[in-house]
Amino acid sequence: MFFQEPTPDTSGYMIAGYAVVFIVMGLYVVSLYLRNRNLNRDVEMLEELDKTASELETNQPKLKKPTKTVTKRGRKKEQ
Amino acid sequence: MKNKPVTLKILDVFSILVLGTAAYLALVVAPTERVMGDVQRVFYFHVGTAWTALLGFIFAAVLSVIYLVTKDRKWDRIQVAAIEVSLVFFFITIVLGSIWARPVWNTWWTWDPRLTTATITELIYIAYFMLRQGIDDPDRRARFGAVYALLGGLSAPITFFAIRLFRTIHPVVIAGSNPEADGSFNMTGDMLGVFFFALFTFTVIFIDLFWNRIRLGEFQEKVEQLKLKVTM
Repeated sequence: MFFQEPTPDTSGYMIAGYAVVFIVMGLYVVSLYLRNRNLNRDVEMLEELDKTASELETNQPKLKKPTKTVTKRGRKKEQ
Repeated sequence: MKNKPVTLKILDVFSILVLGTAAYLALVVAPTERVMGDVQRVFYFHVGTAWTALLGFIFAAVLSVIYLVTKDRKWDRIQVAAIEVSLVFFFITIVLGSIWARPVWNTWWTWDPRLTTATITELIYIAYFMLRQGIDDPDRRARFGAVYALLGGLSAPITFFAIRLFRTIHPVVIAGSNPEADGSFNMTGDMLGVFFFALFTFTVIFIDLFWNRIRLGEFQEKVEQLKLKVTM
């Protein structure tokens, strides 16, 4: 007589394997999304800072800078 | 960041569709292997992820050479993207292999040549990111990263050929056979169809994630430049 061994039930391992595939890939996609979102926030904040800095620069009264001349003898003379 | 190109959006959707189809084919259409049972079905995704990851590591080594010749940081960004996606895929490969091994080899893990070389490859590329994080100067970081990825690229063919060069219990299903292997099987026509579809699927997903990661790298660089502009 020829006896054939029954196929073992390994479906639990199969489910675990496919769960790993979808979970790991899902986590990676989420990490890409989160990094992208954080960079967008950084850009918004940096652009705001840049805007504030340039506004401050334009609103500040311009101070007259002392000019310096050099005499023939090489001495610096303030006007 | 610039809006996503339409091609990339289409590729995103296509990737999800092919992944769903591949899962359906592997879980429902492919016949059950008689000796191992359902766990053999992880083989399709195990080989699919391994194939793309190893090609990704080799591609990164090629990009290293291009960076070292041109010194254009664009190639460094592309290299980082290739390695990151490959690292994720290879992690899936190793975990799937371990899950398959439990009922077939009766152990989660054994220090077989293929498993050992695969682990070394994964660790090499984890260390690659640690190395990059330790260097502040972008040009220096790119140069060191390129040299490291070039040398690290050697581990990919070693891992691939490990089951053909050394005595191992890991099955050789494609292009060859291993009489000492435990868990070998011959693929039927249906199995081959599903297998090639899985390879195609993971190639598409790799390209999609790779493209998205390159865009993220470009965005990161833009933000770095903006930071410099604001602090100056």
